[in-house]
Amino acid sequence: MSAVTKTAPEARAHTYDVERIRAEFPILSRSVYGKPLIYLDNANTTQKPRVVIDAIRRYYEEENANIHRGTHWLSEKATEAYEGAREKVARFLGATSPKEIVFTRGTTEAINLVASSFSRDFLNAGDEILITGLEHHSNIVPWQLACERTGAKLVVVPITDEGEVPVDEFEKRLTPRTKLAAVSHVSNALGTVNPVKTFIALAHARKVPVLVDGAQAAPHLPLDVKDLGCDFYAISGHKIYGPTGIGALYGTEAWLEKLPPYQGGGDMISSVTFEKTTYNAVPWKFEAGTANIAGGIGLGVAVNWLSGVGLAAVAAHEHDLLVHGIRKLSAIPGLTIVGRAKEKAAVISFVLENVHPHDIGTILDREGIAIRTGHHCAQPVMDRFGLPATARASFGLYNTRAEVDALATAIEKVREVFG
Amino acid sequence: MTDLRDLYQEVILDHNKSPHNYREMADATRLALGNNPLCGDKLKLYVRIEGDRIADVAFQGSGCAISKASASIMTDSVKGKSLAEAETLYGKFHDLLTGPPDVKADGAGLGKLAVFSGVRQFPARVKCATLAWHTLETILKGQEAIASTE
Repeated sequence: MSAVTKTAPEARAHTYDVERIRAEFPILSRSVYGKPLIYLDNANTTQKPRVVIDAIRRYYEEENANIHRGTHWLSEKATEAYEGAREKVARFLGATSPKEIVFTRGTTEAINLVASSFSRDFLNAGDEILITGLEHHSNIVPWQLACERTGAKLVVVPITDEGEVPVDEFEKRLTPRTKLAAVSHVSNALGTVNPVKTFIALAHARKVPVLVDGAQAAPHLPLDVKDLGCDFYAISGHKIYGPTGIGALYGTEAWLEKLPPYQGGGDMISSVTFEKTTYNAVPWKFEAGTANIAGGIGLGVAVNWLSGVGLAAVAAHEHDLLVHGIRKLSAIPGLTIVGRAKEKAAVISFVLENVHPHDIGTILDREGIAIRTGHHCAQPVMDRFGLPATARASFGLYNTRAEVDALATAIEKVREVFG
Repeated sequence: MTDLRDLYQEVILDHNKSPHNYREMADATRLALGNNPLCGDKLKLYVRIEGDRIADVAFQGSGCAISKASASIMTDSVKGKSLAEAETLYGKFHDLLTGPPDVKADGAGLGKLAVFSGVRQFPARVKCATLAWHTLETILKGQEAIASTE
């Protein structure tokens, strides 16, 4: 009896009420082809809780005005809300100051910003940019463009059969010519969690700055950019239960001060004449034009909401789904899971013997199950495994074991159709 | 399941499993590559044209059941046809796929190609069924994408 009362409060503290969380997402109660929606495409984009949807509506209904410009009441309200969102994102990422947060359209634009500005002043012919074989196209192509412009070279750390980036292979490729390393925190295609903290320490020992593509990590892991020590960290709002079209770049103040502006326009300047323009202070120096104000506000609400749920609890819940999913899917004859890293986020990429992923996707769709099929914007990863495509189920904080079971049952149905 | 059976008809599944004319062609006069970057489907189409006829046609590649079966049945359908006849067939096939999803497709004049009548209920899959035909089209139109095998 006494043992029960002792453990009870702790057990309660660890109770993760997935049904209560689900109830906060209006879309999860809809059906598809007459079946309840089972949304397992979270690495692609996540659904939005009501608080985020309400915040966007409230902004347009009650506070809509342009920011940083008006002297009127509404403009002040909008500016306050937008800059307040920047503070929330800074807190979410563990930044020391909101000045270190640049709002962007998403991870892609954040990486393009750094690739473009960095290459303008800090990259020359013969220099090297180091990336890994796990990267999403958005952490490959901006660097290829930067290399084309400057004559620098893109160096790629190869991945193992398990889908991991070996630390020694990374270290080997850090040379005196390496000017920047850009690595994903979590692979979108395979779910691999990279040892980015180790990568950063190794790179910094050689004075190489590091950009981390955190698009897939932010929804799954508690983040602390100061603890990681990275120079840049990029995230997308829509992958962390926030709106599309908004994301953020964390950059150390020192780097943001040093980098030249990305785009020119309104709001990024402090004065303009035809002879000479002086730029605004960071982070606004990187934010030309009228921002996605509603998106920024929605993102602020999303990160606060996510922190409220607690990323440690989310990680534990999703890990349970991952383990359960791997167990269920491994038992299906002819199914092979692609990417078996020791540290994995809740992503299961798989192929089924004699059935193309696209056909799996269509059949699952008719069962109300949404997954992604294709190359996941990571063609080099697919090439590495000699696959044109995979099917990918990716879990979010609102998914349940029952949904994972439904996935396994539906895959059995795929096998039936294809005999 | 009924919808799915409209899409994955037995004939389609058979052609997916054992596609016809799935081979390299040493004496092809035309070669075209088809590529669907969205799903990673890749297709290599070989054609031997004699006069204005398609004397032989074959393909290789990787893709979903729909794209593979479509390529297989296409090769059966256009072999021996004149270029103009193949063009007409493509037009009819295209209409079959892109007609209104709620109207039952009329497969008249399409022969075995009529098994793809269920595809129109799956708009996301129309591109899979047309990949082989688009590839053939570049050959029929004599466009730049065509590489000679010689």
